Parts: sequence; structure tokens; C-alpha cells
Amino acid sequence: MCGIIGLHLRDPELQPMLGRLLDDMLCGVSERGPDSVGIAVYGDGERNPEGHSAVSVLRAPGDLAASAGALLPGTPTVTARVAGDTTVLSAPVGVEALTAAVAAAAPEALVVGSGNDLVVYKGAGHPQDLARTYGLRDVSGWQGVAHTRMATESAINPEGCHPYSVGADQCLVHNGSFSNHATIRRDLERQGVTFDSENDSEVGARFVAACLAEGDDLEKALLRLGETFDGFYTLLVTTADGFAVVRDEIACKPAVIAEHPRWVAMASEFRALADLPGIDEARVFEPDPGKVYAWQR
Amino acid sequence: MAALSRAEADARSPVVFDLHETTVRALNAELHAPSATSYEVLHPQGAHSLGAGIHDEIDVAIRGHAGYFCAGMNQLGRVVVDGSAGNGVAENMMSGSVRVRGDASQSAGATGRGGLLVIEGSASMRCGISMKGIDIVVGGSVGPMSAFMAQAGRLVVCGDAGDGLGDSIYEARLYVRGTVGTLGADCVEKPLRDEHVAELTELLDAAGLDHRPEGFRRFGSARGLYHFTGDHGSY
Repeated sequence: MCGIIGLHLRDPELQPMLGRLLDDMLCGVSERGPDSVGIAVYGDGERNPEGHSAVSVLRAPGDLAASAGALLPGTPTVTARVAGDTTVLSAPVGVEALTAAVAAAAPEALVVGSGNDLVVYKGAGHPQDLARTYGLRDVSGWQGVAHTRMATESAINPEGCHPYSVGADQCLVHNGSFSNHATIRRDLERQGVTFDSENDSEVGARFVAACLAEGDDLEKALLRLGETFDGFYTLLVTTADGFAVVRDEIACKPAVIAEHPRWVAMASEFRALADLPGIDEARVFEPDPGKVYAWQR
Repeated sequence: MAALSRAEADARSPVVFDLHETTVRALNAELHAPSATSYEVLHPQGAHSLGAGIHDEIDVAIRGHAGYFCAGMNQLGRVVVDGSAGNGVAENMMSGSVRVRGDASQSAGATGRGGLLVIEGSASMRCGISMKGIDIVVGGSVGPMSAFMAQAGRLVVCGDAGDGLGDSIYEARLYVRGTVGTLGADCVEKPLRDEHVAELTELLDAAGLDHRPEGFRRFGSARGLYHFTGDHGSY
């Protein structure tokens, strides 16, 4: 059992409230995954300002901002913000340059998210405690995703938290388990894809990233995932402009979608959606098996 | 002024449990050994297991959305959810009644043995899975794989039914007013005879829904999967 929440704001007036709305939603799925959490926010202008990129890192050495900055052309100022296990570095450079500089400066660190618009936090502990550590309630933005984890197959640590963010501004969160992930991992490795973990969900994220890199849109990528992957899944996948939900053909893992003129939201359980503004006027439904539901900004 | 009887007093002022102030555990402990006959639950906020395991003839009104397993294993209680219900509402109900004013999530009435479950909105996938005698009336539609392995009881769907309706069904009777996506293995359409119109009338009346019974189609088991035959391969 794990918990997923996602919120895609259509009405810019709600953007200053994104963090508070996400925090309230998180309360509704904390019981589903009380051991660790990952949170991704799109459009957090404070942590990832306009014209900057940001890289979220676990196991970051204390001097990473300076050492990464020294490797960048023109030695721009790299800002580091530490919240719990995660360090978010931002700089006025492209995301690929910043990611490469971080990797070169601290090979022992693990990059868990990167993008021009994205900030990712991960940590072990109770989701509500971690949300406070990150200052989630005060965050603004236009889209957010969180995953509360009840670990079943691997250790409770920040590395095991979702979302898996393996391409710039991409996130994938997964409730369920893939059964043929080892085969697909080998296929992807043969194509040159490298992995950070033994986790089955990372294989899903790498597969989607490869499809998107080939030019697929989110819907096509997730349909291809459905043709390739065997197992149980509810997936929420987000990109720099997209928000998509899909369940496997048996659809044992829960998902509820609510669509409102001002926002689109998804959660494992309705109770996470119950306090959203205007929920009574929203179209609330459970996604059909195997069908991709996608929205674009 | 004459003193009120206990029933009259209860009817006028149900015992209130505000889940902002107390816990589901405290609520259910009271409902399992009731000191009153009428209860009102405020601020349920989608909590799980509300009113699960009621034995007695009591009324419980849940003012808001219920989470998983609401009114599961109900014996004689009359439970109303003024909102939506999560997975497995009235699962394994034995008798009594459960009414959901909104929609219900997956596996509504799963394995239910008796009583009446009314969902005024729609129910999601696997509604009535493995039902064993419960009656389920859905005002809207039901999702895919509903009445999977349904063994006994009646499922009435006033809207549409999703794919795989009645897969591997035994002796439950299914009535659908709208369209059916696909029928599951061994589920077939059957003629709507007078006795079926009569039981549909009864069920729609009990649910308080105003539809013409003749507008429904009946589905049930072709009884082709009861026994292994040569057609099922050799072992």
C-alpha cells in the first residue's frame, strides 16, 4: 500500500495556495504510507527561480554549491537549500550543465530530480513531519505530486522514495509492483540507459523517459508502458506541461480523479481530495482500467 | 407534557459523534454495544471502517464522505452515508440496509450475504463481486468486472454496466437498464419474465427509485462453467 496525490492547477490565482492544498491532500494519504515521502513541485519560483534550473540531491556534501559552481562556465552563484535529507541546488544555468556539474563535483551524491521548473524533496519519516521540514504549506507553484510510501520490498530510506524523476522536469509515482521489470531493465540497459536503484518503479520511469525522448506524448508513452509492463500499477506521471494517470488492466490499485474548471487532482483515496476548493462541483471518477487520462497546461 | 419514550427521544435527537472530537474506534465501540438507537456521525472526512460490524437494529447517519469498508459486516443496522463511500462499502453485509447518497468506490457490497445496499450515484469497478445473497440497487452506473463470481442475490443497475459484467457468475440475477459494455465469461442475457418484473418492482420500490421495470434487461449464468468438461482441456 502506498499513497499518491497530484494537483494540476488550471487557475493561476490558486498558485500561491499550491503548498497548502498539497499539504491538506497529503494528510489524506499519510496512513497509506507512513514511513517516507517524496514531494515534487512545479513552478516554485523561490527555490527554482525564472531563468534558473534546479537539481535535487541526496547525500550532498556541505560544500556542494561551491564545488559545483566552480565547475560551471563563468562560475555563477549556486544556491543550496537543505531540507532534511534533500539539498536543492539552483543556478542561472541550463539544467543539463547544472546536473553535470553536481555529478562531477560529488560523485557520491544521488540526483533525485532536476529541471527548469521542478523541485523534488525526499525523506524517510512521517509525511506530515517531512512536509513541515520542507515548508510545504508556504510553497507556491502550478503543479505538485507527492507519494507516501509503505515499503514492502526494499529499505526505508530517502533513495527508495518516489517520485522517480529521471528526465528534466519529469516525475513518475507508482502504487503497485511491476513483475517483468528485470527484463525491461536489461532491454533498456542494452540501449545505454543507466539506473540508480534496483527499484521496479525506476524502470517504469526510465521507460517513460525513453518514450518521451523518442517524441511520444504522455498518453502514447503510457499506452506503450501498458503494452510492455506486466504487474499492478496506478501511475501518476508529470512533465513540464503535462499530468497523466493510468491504471493497469485489472486496476486493483486505487485511484480517484477529480476534475474542476480551476484544477485537476488525483489521489489514492477520495479523502485526500475532500477539502479541495469547489470539490462539490468537480467531476469525480475512478479511472477505467488501462485508459490513459492526460491533461496539458 | 408526557415524557418521551426512548425511541421517540432517539428519533428527535440522535447521539452525535463528531470525528473532529473523537475517534472511529470510540464510535465503533459504541455502535457495537449501543446505548441508543439512533446515531449521527459528523466530519467523517473519508475515515475507514465507519460503522463496520454493527449487530443491532440501529440507525446511523454519516454526514459526509466515508472511506473504505463502511458498514461492512452489517447485521441489522440501517446506515446512510450522506456523501460518497470508499472501497468495499457494506462488504459482507448479512442483513439490514446501507444507503449511499453519492457514489461508491470499488467492490461495493463485496461478498454480501443479505440485506439491501442502495447506491444512489454510481458504483465503480467490481460492484457486487462474489455477492452471496445481498441485494444491490445502483441508481447510476457500475464499472467493469461487476458481479464477478456472483453467487446469489440481485444486482440492479439503473444506468450502464462496464465491461466483463457477471464474469464466472453462478446464480445471482443481474438487471441493467442502460448499456452493457461486454458480458463476462458464462454470463448471458435471459428473458425478463413476470416474476422478474415483480422482484424488480420490489427492489426499485425498496430503493426509492422510480423506473419502469420493463425497461431493464436481465442477465445471469449460462451454467457452462459449473463442471469441468472435455471442452476445458485435458489434465
